[in-house]
Amino acid sequence: MKLKVLGALGMVCALAACSGAQNTDEIQNLQPVAKLVPGSQNDLIASAGDRVFFELDKNELSVSSRATLDQQATWLARYPKVNVLIAGNCDDRGTEEYNIALGQRRANAVREYLEAKGVSAQRIQTISYGKDRPTADGDTPEAWAQNRNAITSIR
Amino acid sequence: MSFFSDVESELLQKHLSRRALLGGVAAGSVLVSPLGETVSSARAEDAPPEITVAHARQASIPIIVPDFGGGLGSQISNVIIADLSSTGLFQVMGGELSPNAEPDFQSLRQRGAHVSVSATVSEGESVRVEVRLWDVIAEQQLEGRAYTASQMNWRRVAHIIADELYKRLLGEEGYFDTRIAYIARSGPRRLQQTRLAIMDQDGANVHMLTSGSWLTLEPRFSPSGERIAFLSYANNRPRVYVYDLKTGQQSILGAFEGISFAPRFSPDGQQIILSVTTRDGGSNLYIIDLDTQRRRRVTSLPGVIDTSPCFSPDGQNIVFNSDRDGSPQLYIMPVSGGDAKRISYGAGHYGSPVWSPRGDEIAFTRLGQEGFSLGLMAPDGMGERTLTQGFTVESPSFSPNGRALAFCRQNAASSGGVGFTSSIEVIDVAGFNEHLIPTATGASDPAWSPLRR
Repeated sequence: MKLKVLGALGMVCALAACSGAQNTDEIQNLQPVAKLVPGSQNDLIASAGDRVFFELDKNELSVSSRATLDQQATWLARYPKVNVLIAGNCDDRGTEEYNIALGQRRANAVREYLEAKGVSAQRIQTISYGKDRPTADGDTPEAWAQNRNAITSIR
Repeated sequence: MSFFSDVESELLQKHLSRRALLGGVAAGSVLVSPLGETVSSARAEDAPPEITVAHARQASIPIIVPDFGGGLGSQISNVIIADLSSTGLFQVMGGELSPNAEPDFQSLRQRGAHVSVSATVSEGESVRVEVRLWDVIAEQQLEGRAYTASQMNWRRVAHIIADELYKRLLGEEGYFDTRIAYIARSGPRRLQQTRLAIMDQDGANVHMLTSGSWLTLEPRFSPSGERIAFLSYANNRPRVYVYDLKTGQQSILGAFEGISFAPRFSPDGQQIILSVTTRDGGSNLYIIDLDTQRRRRVTSLPGVIDTSPCFSPDGQNIVFNSDRDGSPQLYIMPVSGGDAKRISYGAGHYGSPVWSPRGDEIAFTRLGQEGFSLGLMAPDGMGERTLTQGFTVESPSFSPNGRALAFCRQNAASSGGVGFTSSIEVIDVAGFNEHLIPTATGASDPAWSPLRR
């Protein structure tokens, strides 16, 4: 709620800036407050979540993963012109080459689920980075769990 | 672009036939000619090598390699010493240079030497190195050759001399006049810049072949050493490309819907086997003929990952990585098709198999509870042994004579990504003499070239 008020205030001030107000410094101080652009990556993250996680060497979708993907499907239905890239990733406890195939298997699992939920196949691309794009630093069980994922991003 | 032209001109100018080398005939810009013997001795061709690699491993060969003197001479002898020392099979000692004269064998024996090198280096527009190899025990010359090349080729001259010494003393081809293709890595762990790179086997003469705009992995040399197959994520479409070292041109290999990756050349260089992901969550193996571009699917189990294929040296079989039995394991099957036979049965997962150029063993990566290990086993799965271990040790690649393995070692990153390192190391197939190949950036995915020609 607070975000919306500040966002509206930012718009008013921006308008004021356009009309040539003299207290420019004060206006600029308020501008960094971002408004969530509908249909944007940030909107996807806030509305549905952009990623799901997997068990070691697995591509099964958990209950919470399916809930996230249900929300992604709903969100994608709201923005039918938005296309997405699903990137499958692995932790670093596998060989480089095997993990490329495993990451693709995870991306495919997400693609199939979204298609089953009515998202057109033409809107979905997949890719795998294997173990070469970790999102969490540190080689701990917690970091590994973060890095076994499929991330949906707008393209 | 300048790098491409550098490599090109280098390859054209340094073109060198090893057959010509043995025959003492001019080849390209390096001239090799036999030297007269200063004392009567058995002809080199007739004398069988007296020391084998197996013996050298038990007791390294004591050899004297003196400072060749002068600016370039010292540099050349330093490279020869580094090459021989890097094998762990020689105990290299310095010594006084005694050019064009028979060494004082008695004093050399007192130092414990079995063999000794003498040399003269003359520098002009070109560099001429006259090298003699002496048997200190039998008091006779084993070898005498002169090498003439342009000054810019002095490193290759040193490597070729070291290869000749290795071969003369151990009875098998050396691997010093070779290069290693690899992936140069820089930047934070989360988003490393990766570039296709090439260097001499000792880490000198690094050339970056791609710009680093896209994720690039898995370089593999063609048997002629003139081409490199590799995986590039160019335009976010991960595909296998072939890089021509002579022209600097790269071309995409085949047209597949899925990701094509894990390429390997066939022993005759006419085909490439690779892995292609499928829409059902697996990956199949394909063989592509490089002349006709025709492709043949080799494996096709639904939903199964088949990857990391590698030909046997006779081209009749492949070893590959598959999870068809539930977890990643190693399998062998005939190239012509037929049943795949599982060969890995230890605890944990297996991957990245590569067939020794000698044909008798397969190197692989194994993942257990304690992390990665690098090992060898016979093609029937027998005789498995571990060479080295670490947080990550993977991507083994044999030296062309099968004596050593280059591989990638990575250390774990702590929180914040600090502490992550990625480097190329080399280890003898007997599991000793593990050492780092120095690189200015992080490095992974080593691919050892054949001996240069």
